[in-house]
Amino acid sequence: MSYLRILVLGGLIFLPVAAMAEGNVNSNTWGLNLTRGVTPFSKEVYDLHMIVLWICVVIGVVVFGAMFYAMFAYRKSKGAQAEGWHENHTVEAVWTIIPLLILIGIAIPATHTLIKMEDVSNAEMTIKVTGYQWMWQYDYVDSGISFYSKLADDSNFARQRGSGIDPNSVENYLLDVDTRLVVPTNTKIRFLTTAADVIHAWWVPALGWKRDAIPGFINESWAIIEEPGVYRGQCAELCGKDHGFMPIVVEAISPDDYKSWVAQKKQGDETPVVSKGSSGELPYIASRSDQVELPKE
Amino acid sequence: MSELTANHDEHSHHPTGIKRWLTTTNHKDIGTMYLVFSLIMFFIGGAMAMIIRLELFQPGLQFVDPQFYNSMVTMHALIMIFGVVMPAWTGFANWLVPMMIGAPDMALPRLNNWSFWILPFAFSLLLITLFLPGGAPAGGWTMYPPLVLQTGAAFPFLIFAVHFLGASSIGGAINVLATVFNMRAPGMTLLKLPLFVWTWIITGFLLVASLPVLAGAVTMLLTDKFFGTSFFSAAGGGDPVMFQHIFWFFGHPEVYILILPAFGVVSAIIPTFCRKPLFGYNSMVYAVAAIAFLSFIVWAHHMFTVGMPLAGELFFMYTTVLIAVPTGVKVFNWVATMWKSAMTFETPMLFAIGFVILFTIGGFSGLMLGVTPVDFQYHDTYFVVAHFHYVLVTGAVYSLMAATYFWLPKWTGYMYDEALGKWHFWLSTISVNVLFFPQHFLGLAGMPRRIPDYSVQFAEFNVISSVGGFVYGLSQLLFVYIIVKCVRGGQKATDRVWEGAQGLEWTLASPPPYHSFNTPPDPSTIDGGVR
Repeated sequence: MSYLRILVLGGLIFLPVAAMAEGNVNSNTWGLNLTRGVTPFSKEVYDLHMIVLWICVVIGVVVFGAMFYAMFAYRKSKGAQAEGWHENHTVEAVWTIIPLLILIGIAIPATHTLIKMEDVSNAEMTIKVTGYQWMWQYDYVDSGISFYSKLADDSNFARQRGSGIDPNSVENYLLDVDTRLVVPTNTKIRFLTTAADVIHAWWVPALGWKRDAIPGFINESWAIIEEPGVYRGQCAELCGKDHGFMPIVVEAISPDDYKSWVAQKKQGDETPVVSKGSSGELPYIASRSDQVELPKE
Repeated sequence: MSELTANHDEHSHHPTGIKRWLTTTNHKDIGTMYLVFSLIMFFIGGAMAMIIRLELFQPGLQFVDPQFYNSMVTMHALIMIFGVVMPAWTGFANWLVPMMIGAPDMALPRLNNWSFWILPFAFSLLLITLFLPGGAPAGGWTMYPPLVLQTGAAFPFLIFAVHFLGASSIGGAINVLATVFNMRAPGMTLLKLPLFVWTWIITGFLLVASLPVLAGAVTMLLTDKFFGTSFFSAAGGGDPVMFQHIFWFFGHPEVYILILPAFGVVSAIIPTFCRKPLFGYNSMVYAVAAIAFLSFIVWAHHMFTVGMPLAGELFFMYTTVLIAVPTGVKVFNWVATMWKSAMTFETPMLFAIGFVILFTIGGFSGLMLGVTPVDFQYHDTYFVVAHFHYVLVTGAVYSLMAATYFWLPKWTGYMYDEALGKWHFWLSTISVNVLFFPQHFLGLAGMPRRIPDYSVQFAEFNVISSVGGFVYGLSQLLFVYIIVKCVRGGQKATDRVWEGAQGLEWTLASPPPYHSFNTPPDPSTIDGGVR
């Protein structure tokens, strides 16, 4: 958060922001800055983000510093006389080459991180994520578990126009689902993203990436979640009227707990859980079923 | 405008009243129409932005339905890009290019008239969709299939509006190119051209090269929707991602179409109020050309998350961050121009300095976005929204404001109200930062773009952003008042208007004659190389 202070000092933002930062940090890792996340990749991404941000801040201080110095020192009202020079090849070469070197310095770690990100080999399990207007379907390819996951009812009631329900009174407003995606920690999980109707994007900031879910195509990504916990995200590609209302909740539990969850899930319900506790009267549900053909069991 | 021609009866043989404007082939009349049209669209697109900020003022849905919200997001973008910034630059080119190169008028005056008059019809088509069943287009200005194919009755209106807008812009671009290459005064060699003309040459080539690609893409959408083709449908053997590649092959040059003339404007204004020649004229020209070239090989950085092969992601990351080099050269040149100069801070200079600082902030976030692995986090969040509003509002729009204040006295023959102009600058600059700076934080904290409602943890920054938005919106009414006041009269402007002004347009009277240079200017007045 200290970079913020620099920006404040630089006169780029007003004072209440710094105070706001404290009150704004939620119980999870979302806050003012990018999350560090809980995967090896997300931490590398965070570090890269901070490196590039600091480079920008330093360049900004130098360039804007020079500008403000010029604006105060070379005023006509202070009797400044303009000099006539308008070229200097040495200086121009210097400020072409130095940025180039800085960029190479950024590109090297970025390349390393990207190569790691794209290496989906040796995954220990696979989850297929399918985007629908407007919910997600999760298929555990290895264990055969499959269910849909959509906006939790209390958020869905509150978000209707004229509902009269204060969003502040709803826990995890718009970031809660009826059925969570349960995954084991410390396991290399391969995510296959695709979609059934339009393009969506599956994004949980704590995992460090988002990936488009494209009808007819399957994208591969991976994550190793290092800390147990509940991680929330949202659809990140405009996908129609309820694009803002298809959250993602990932619950990471220990591999042992995960095993028993799988066993319980297989025993308890052989059929996909479509929508636990949803009620048919909601306009949202009605319009959804108009447009989406759910696969028949 | 009648005052404009009063002293130059010998030049003006044109019909009066509405017929003058319908049939005009005069570059100044057409330029004025472009600029007035652009200003009107600025307020229509701005009103949509106000609706967006109103809905986002508080969590929960208070004012509009999600579908209508998406329509506002889509229409706001289409209007601001195709209806405000592009026509405004063509308007400035019309007014200024003939005066800057010592020509009497544009090379293709009838094409000029036609290019403009397409615009009101195109935007009628687009705006009428607000009243059609199913509402206005709501799939985003990027028109990604398959979502855009779910558009209702508005769909063909959207496609044909885009076609018309493209035709209009290509016409305008061809006209500028033909004018600059054929009608320069003797002695006006290419490397003596003012940078505004140079940036417009390069913009013209970008327009001519990229808009037909957009036309192709939207035509394929049209046939996918109505004629049974499957260009972009996986079920029929097509590829929805291919649309994104084609769209952004147009779309990235497009963002430089919006910003390159701004570089030209700022390169005219800063030396004027520094009373010192522009630093590194030649490197400015090369930098613009380099940016334009690179703009054709970076398009996929708009779509890093679609799942490209690693080699593709690396290539587009490298080319994207490379743009920082020529862009940096331009900024450094502007700062060097200020060094050891004698500055004054009239309104055009304030907006130009505001441009340099705030556009550079947009450039910083652009560099961050270009780093592929981190873009996986930034992509489609408010961080991106903050980025492109910094480069487009405090970039392109600021330079349009600067240019308006800079050349308005030349056009009208009257000085604008300097005190009000400064009010406009400071109100705009404070409010626009309150509006867009917090959106960086929203994006980093995880708020996606294009959502009508959000989780309560984003509430504080959204309130701040909305308040900034309302103040910024209202401040622009002051701009209109200042322009109207200036057109109606005021303190007489001298021919040179600004003490440090350099260039052929300042050798003409204020206001200039109806036909700019009926005889070529004296070659010794072409000072070249300084701006």
